[in-house]
Amino acid sequence: MPVLELRDLTLRFGGVTALAEFTMEVRTGELLALIGPNGAGKTSVLNCISGLYRAQEGTITLTGRDGRRHSLHRLPPHRIAALGVARTFQNIELFKHMTVLENLMLGRHVHMRGGVLSGGLYVGRQRRREIEHRRCVEEVIDFMNLEPLRSAEVGNLAYGNQRLVEMARALALDPAILLLDEPTAGMNAEEKESMARFILDVHEERGVTVVVIDHDIDVIMDISDRVIVLDFGREIAEGRPEEVRSDAAVIDAYLGRARGDVA
Amino acid sequence: MSFECGVFHTRYESDMGLRPRPLQRIRLAVFAAFVLVFPFLAGPYWLDLANQVAIATVGAIGLNILVGYTGQISLGQGAFMAIGAYTAGLLTLNLGLPWGVSIAVACVVTSLAGTFFGLPSLRLKGLYLAIATLAAQEIVEWGMTHWTAVTGGTEAIVLPAPSLFGVRLNTSFSFYWFGVLMAAGTALFAANLFRTRMGRAFVAVRDQDIAASVIGVNLFRTKLLAFATSSFFVGLAGAMIAYYRTIITWERFTLETSIVYLAMIIVGGLGSIRGSFFGAVLITLLPAMITNTGRALQDTAPVVANLLPYAQQAVFGVVIILFLIFEPKGLSKLWGNVKDYFHVWPFAYRRG
Repeated sequence: MPVLELRDLTLRFGGVTALAEFTMEVRTGELLALIGPNGAGKTSVLNCISGLYRAQEGTITLTGRDGRRHSLHRLPPHRIAALGVARTFQNIELFKHMTVLENLMLGRHVHMRGGVLSGGLYVGRQRRREIEHRRCVEEVIDFMNLEPLRSAEVGNLAYGNQRLVEMARALALDPAILLLDEPTAGMNAEEKESMARFILDVHEERGVTVVVIDHDIDVIMDISDRVIVLDFGREIAEGRPEEVRSDAAVIDAYLGRARGDVA
Repeated sequence: MSFECGVFHTRYESDMGLRPRPLQRIRLAVFAAFVLVFPFLAGPYWLDLANQVAIATVGAIGLNILVGYTGQISLGQGAFMAIGAYTAGLLTLNLGLPWGVSIAVACVVTSLAGTFFGLPSLRLKGLYLAIATLAAQEIVEWGMTHWTAVTGGTEAIVLPAPSLFGVRLNTSFSFYWFGVLMAAGTALFAANLFRTRMGRAFVAVRDQDIAASVIGVNLFRTKLLAFATSSFFVGLAGAMIAYYRTIITWERFTLETSIVYLAMIIVGGLGSIRGSFFGAVLITLLPAMITNTGRALQDTAPVVANLLPYAQQAVFGVVIILFLIFEPKGLSKLWGNVKDYFHVWPFAYRRG
């Protein structure tokens, strides 16, 4: 059963068509990779899903944690998050002046209640809520091995650690689907390997459905169940990693067509 | 016994306390003792300054909630204080409401007005928003001086002295207790707010609004709530001034007021409650200190003494510039540095 369905999504910026009738299905529990050359429209897909871009045409349907189907079209980003869509960004977008703990507590925002008054008075109920959600956050901290960084200000952390914190924040939301936008960008081989392991752990141990974009083909081929290849806003190939790797259209898209080979 | 290091919490509740370490509690107790003893030792001049500090603390925390914590620059501080002051005063004068009720209503009215003038923040950021709030300042200033039928125009409004159980509340001694209570209450409320859900959302909007929306923070609601919460306390500060002075004049609530309050939170520390207090102390005492220095030098160096009153504005400006250059995080950071030094004192790490 698909947890997320994109149907005929078309996204234009003025005269540029970023996505052209793009259709994609994310199955429950799979680790799906989205690859393609620069400007292929990968991040646009994620931005449409999380509500940062509005596609001109097409539908996006999510099967939420409640088992009901929700149309994400025209919903604002915070409502989409509340339905269980969490993501990370290509350029890490953390709350720099807050501690790791506070960043992760924001991941619990949609699950918590409490406004200005109950917070300011910090009466019994709000205090219990904070503690209860602190417990969930500590679980994620434990899972991601972030204990030593718990009370560090995020802006002061090393780059690789910031990536982990961003993923931990998304995990704290307890997502139905997790979107990772280039989680290994700017990392060295060792850090990439460690990140790949974290993604696999998240996927296998916590059973989260993951959609990952990455430029590192080796990482993608190693970890993903299924790969979708995009070029110029269209799907050009889909299948298991080893099938896609040998697909002629994919090789063309990445390497260009040999001269005289034009059909 | 360990005060600062080696304190381990075994429960989330104690770890999440406002002052989890023993040394912090000792410092607070010392400060509280000082606050309680101060009015019995100080003369009316110093008490009056202390009352101004209390009012400024409430106003500065209010402004800091919006500017320092939520990152929405406001030049409308004077306007919101005016709305608080005039609402409280006019309710008592025209409807005969008791001062306590008037102040409470004034806070709510200011809160609503702040929310209204906060609407542009949904589209505007940074300097553009500052200009939009400047418009609020100008509109309210114009209203104060021109809506003569209600505000009395440029004439001052005189209020009856507030009293509680037969005790006049606007003497510097009795107002002191009211001021301290309000300032402490505001500080506690704000401190609690920023360790809970909504307060975190405010800070998230400041640090990274797109990430905030994607993690589930409703930007529209959160920004307006920040304006509402901030204006509530700013209105309280305005209403406190009205009842302390029992005279309301428009000159107290001009654009200059807005800028002085911005200076307070910049010098004190943006996004810091203790910084709001430090800033309120410094900016309130600075003019008094300059005047006192002038008096002291009257006999020995009359030339300097005669010049000092003119230097007041300049000194004010120089202080702000020095802070921006040398300690943009304000007095709050300086205090933090002192604490860090003593954190491991006397066994500090030394770099060879």
